[in-house]
Amino acid sequence: MKVGLFIPCYINQLYPQVGIASLELLEKLGVDVEYPLGQTCCGQPLGNSGYEDDSKGTCQLFVENFKNYDYIVGPSGSCVYHVKKHFDILEQTEDVKRVRENTYELCQFIYQVLGKTDLGASFPHKVGIHKSCHGLRGLRLGSCSERMDPHFSTEENLLKEVKGLELKTLNRADECCGFGGTFSVFEEAISVKMGKDRIQDHIDSDVEVITGADHSCLMHLEGLINRNKQPLKVMHIAEILNSSI
Amino acid sequence: MAHAEAAAKFNENEAKVNWHDKALWFVRQKRDKQAHKIQGWEQLRDYASALKANVLSNLDNYLVQFEENAKKNGVTVHWAANAEEHNKIVHSILQKHNAKKIVKSKSMLTEECHLNPFLEANDIEVIDTDLGERIVQLAQEPPSHIVLPAIHKTKEEVDELFQEHLGTKPSGGNPEYLTREARKHLRNKFLQADAAITGVNFAVADTGGFVVCTNEGNADMGAHLAKVHIACMGMEKLIPQEKHLGIFLRLLARSATGQPITTYSSYFNKPEEGKEMHIVIVDNGRTEQLSREDFRRSLHCIRCGACMNTCPIYRRSGGHSYDATIPGPIGSILSPGKDLTKHSSLPFASTLCGSCSDVCPVKINIHEQLYKWRQIIVKDVPQPFVKKNIMKAVGSILAKPKTYDFVGKSTRFMLKNTPKSLINSKINTWGHARDLPEVKGDNFEEWYKKKTEK
Repeated sequence: MKVGLFIPCYINQLYPQVGIASLELLEKLGVDVEYPLGQTCCGQPLGNSGYEDDSKGTCQLFVENFKNYDYIVGPSGSCVYHVKKHFDILEQTEDVKRVRENTYELCQFIYQVLGKTDLGASFPHKVGIHKSCHGLRGLRLGSCSERMDPHFSTEENLLKEVKGLELKTLNRADECCGFGGTFSVFEEAISVKMGKDRIQDHIDSDVEVITGADHSCLMHLEGLINRNKQPLKVMHIAEILNSSI
Repeated sequence: MAHAEAAAKFNENEAKVNWHDKALWFVRQKRDKQAHKIQGWEQLRDYASALKANVLSNLDNYLVQFEENAKKNGVTVHWAANAEEHNKIVHSILQKHNAKKIVKSKSMLTEECHLNPFLEANDIEVIDTDLGERIVQLAQEPPSHIVLPAIHKTKEEVDELFQEHLGTKPSGGNPEYLTREARKHLRNKFLQADAAITGVNFAVADTGGFVVCTNEGNADMGAHLAKVHIACMGMEKLIPQEKHLGIFLRLLARSATGQPITTYSSYFNKPEEGKEMHIVIVDNGRTEQLSREDFRRSLHCIRCGACMNTCPIYRRSGGHSYDATIPGPIGSILSPGKDLTKHSSLPFASTLCGSCSDVCPVKINIHEQLYKWRQIIVKDVPQPFVKKNIMKAVGSILAKPKTYDFVGKSTRFMLKNTPKSLINSKINTWGHARDLPEVKGDNFEEWYKKKTEK
């Protein structure tokens, strides 16, 4: 099994530590993993803005970069969802179909494909999960509060096995943080208000570290936390699962 | 005004936003509790969605069947291609009976057709009898929510409105007192009414009857007291058979307000002796929406408002920010079908979180349709020259790894070396209220190259 590591553009440029943690984690689990050089982006920023036609070259490049891997794994539910859902704008060649089918969000890959939960991590802190919408309702990484399905959560399954970690329950289990890509700029007022409310829920729930499988949501929340000097830290779930404090 | 500006204005009063958000979230939680109590809720949603799909693909047959059966029951059936025709038909029925005082039960269709101003211009008094509707009518505002039309008003604001228009005493917003006064006021209007107008929640093709759901019994009071009952319905309100009511009635109230069933779910079949019953079936853009494959499913909507209650943006921007008859997520996919230019900001008033699609009792893929509208809007509605070209440039940068690498490195260099005061200035919308990420060391690709070269 050969895995291609997909590192989304903003993680590559702004949060390399998330990429490093993802790679180390997969290596720790004995996965034969490689980062194909020359990656850029999944094309989501264009698609969500209404310009998916302008993103075709980007999507095609993604397929070229990853077509020879058995699995493509990335630490971002949102970008993975975009590949699976919106690459319908490309001609559906065998390569495109295979790439769409075999692209996985990191936690999903560890839990569903590798069948592992205990990764030997320890992280003695009070943690709250931000269940990002595209991971939750797009990739179905867990049950969502609107649907009457039995409760499950891929992120919880993994975090519960982390030594010393205390998982906190939020008042609103899976409300959107208000990031939404370009929404965060074009609808700034609402975006900021949603983020503030999300953070307050974590504070009210006695959380020290907010984590999640999508660093874009966390980037938005972190921006607000730092600006307002709030006593919270933000860490991608890969960083927690890779830590051994 | 575009949604973002209206929403920003609404957000100037944060305390009110918090109150609005909590009020609607409370309804969402009530809905969750009731939905949990029903075994097979998800299956019910599947049934309802499949039935609506069946209705929409056989709409012509069901409409004819409904008309035939309604006529057999002694009901007069009218057809209106658009809002104007609808209003004229209603007016002509009222003229025939020389009806000057009308009571109306809540109907979003008559809102959509702007029936009230039309009748008022023709010297006819129209009283909205749903309490929330009456409140916004007195305030001369459109409803801000399709089920909770006055949810944007506090009880203190209602108190002031009633003092001004109904001559009540100041009560500090005492709900019991205000409700009692509204009841007295409306009771008189019911007794004096010459005709009653109601909406239609479900029209049953195999019986020719229709169901109207209210919690205040106002539709029933109006329809039973007046000599003439006019029911106005959008043509998508049909369901095939009477037995399907069990599915929809169970879903509707639970999704709307978290009640097991609406207090009054009245099934109207034929006029009482000596009275008249009319049904006006309205298209007003619905066949056009039906013809758009990607948006057809928006016509599944049973107007429960659950998507509004669950929408984190609606809860924090208020219904009026959508500037449309049907606000919120469902409105944001219906309205562009009517006027793409006017409503071009609505599909962007979403993070595409998908909560609306999962809460929807008839499984409308709302967030997917929002995405689809965005693709159409940037092509069909003139976009700012700069934005269009930036997008094109971004598209070509991201398609070329070397250019991307150069731009990535330059951006990181800029973020590292530009003074914070400049980064967080007003020009940068992101930095207005949020800090930008701190950039240190190599990017991931540089780190990876160094690691593998070792």
